Amino acid sequence: MSLVQMTATAEPATADKKQRKSGLGRYTRPALGLLLPLALAAGWEAVVHFHLASGRLVPPPSVIYATFAELAATGELQRNALATLARVAAGFGLGVVAGTFLGALTGYSGFMFRLLDPTLQALRAIPSIAWIPLFILWLGIFETSKVVLIAVGVFFPVYLGVTGAVASVDRKIVEVGRLFRLSGVGMVRRILLPAVLPSYVIALRSGLGLGWMFVVAAEFMGASEGLGFLLVDGQQLGKPAQIVAAIVAFAVIGKLTDWLIVLITAPFLRWEDRVRTDTVED
Amino acid sequence: MLTLDHVGKTYPNGVRALDGITLDVKPGEIVAIVGGSGCGKSTLLRAISGLDTPSQGRILIDGEPVTQPHEKIGMIFQEPRLLPWLTVAENVAFGMEHLPRRQRAARAAAALARVGLSEKANAWPRELSGGQAQRVAIARALVPQPEVLLLDEPFSALDAFTRADLQDHLLDLWADLRPILILVTHDVDEAVVLADRIMVMRPQPGRIYEEITSELPRPRDRQSAAFDFVKRRVLAALDRSLAKPATVDDTQTTSSQGAALWW
Repeated sequence: MSLVQMTATAEPATADKKQRKSGLGRYTRPALGLLLPLALAAGWEAVVHFHLASGRLVPPPSVIYATFAELAATGELQRNALATLARVAAGFGLGVVAGTFLGALTGYSGFMFRLLDPTLQALRAIPSIAWIPLFILWLGIFETSKVVLIAVGVFFPVYLGVTGAVASVDRKIVEVGRLFRLSGVGMVRRILLPAVLPSYVIALRSGLGLGWMFVVAAEFMGASEGLGFLLVDGQQLGKPAQIVAAIVAFAVIGKLTDWLIVLITAPFLRWEDRVRTDTVED
Repeated sequence: MLTLDHVGKTYPNGVRALDGITLDVKPGEIVAIVGGSGCGKSTLLRAISGLDTPSQGRILIDGEPVTQPHEKIGMIFQEPRLLPWLTVAENVAFGMEHLPRRQRAARAAAALARVGLSEKANAWPRELSGGQAQRVAIARALVPQPEVLLLDEPFSALDAFTRADLQDHLLDLWADLRPILILVTHDVDEAVVLADRIMVMRPQPGRIYEEITSELPRPRDRQSAAFDFVKRRVLAALDRSLAKPATVDDTQTTSSQGAALWW
């Protein structure tokens, strides 16, 4: 038996992925997604510019941009965005820690699952906004109640993702760990964590999305600063451009933070066997 | 030395999967276990590996009882079971966490070279063909230098050409350190090519029905008359093992229908 014979077995195809990334496609494909919003914006701008509509309630892009620039110049935008970001960060952190811990616990132990999961699922069925009056009574109208509300919103998708992922780790892979006599810690670190990471990232991203949703609800219930405050303020003072500017800020920061999660975790997920390689950086 | 002493396995639902399996395997011996489906072949292998515990009897390796996975026992499954988040080289090095990094890398590289996959060291498992992945699994199992290597239908998911290739390759690797090989297989050819002893099991409860020793010289010629003779003996034993007790006729050697249907 020679090695030459051994190496003669089939080589799988890996070249096509590289090919798809090269050339013009790399720049034109992302640009394609910009076509529709840009066309709509330019169209509305033209409509207002030629006085076909007043644009008072639906401000054209130029007015929104001017408002945005003005808010940024006075430092209003940064101050409010930072306040919102801080709330989301605190709530997200709390929600992720709690969701990960309880999710791992119920995913790993069937007993804990039967003990805790029904209660948690029942709590999940409550629309989280319904907690607001209670949280205000319990925790006051300031930061604590807002952060807790966001944490509640983040908790459930993270919990669901983690418990499902841990419970469905492939028994066959776990057996490999057992054969190599991994300790409990070793099993978690070398088998369970890497195995659940792809679903964990998805859980974190959906948790963060809900975090951004709940921060608006939290800021609606009374805040003196924050992007949500800009929304309420814009409504009460009849400044639609400020509302849209705040919405745009939400979109940008939300997208950036989501992208940050993807960026940070991407190096750990390079091994994934994806159907579409182009969804990684969306 | 691997000893099975009246090993039995009864599942909680009362099904007796194994009963009174007694077997001594000398160092360097290759034992194949064949038998109809549900005769407990894989259950037996999992008990030896320590992944499952037998309900009766004892399994000893060099006099030490095996109650959980043991450092002297390695195992290869039907699927390669490579960890998808580790590169090929990291997969091979998986069982050597206790060694310093450099030594680990050197041993993994040597093992990969031995299975002819050095150029795949930094590839992900998903980039390998089935045969390549199984060779990586073999390298991973052999790198801690086990005294016993268990193989649970290791090549059954591969095409015939790759399978024959890997059987030869396995023997080649075995010759380095001569561990005990215990091979569960559905493939009579595979058993005859590899094994010194072929244990034919019969189901309900799983027990050893017949033992066939094969002293064919290695490398074995799959086309030779002697090979064919051993193969016929195994097929005949399988045939008898599946027959109803009342109709067992030990003088009859082959039945073409049984040979085709035994699995």
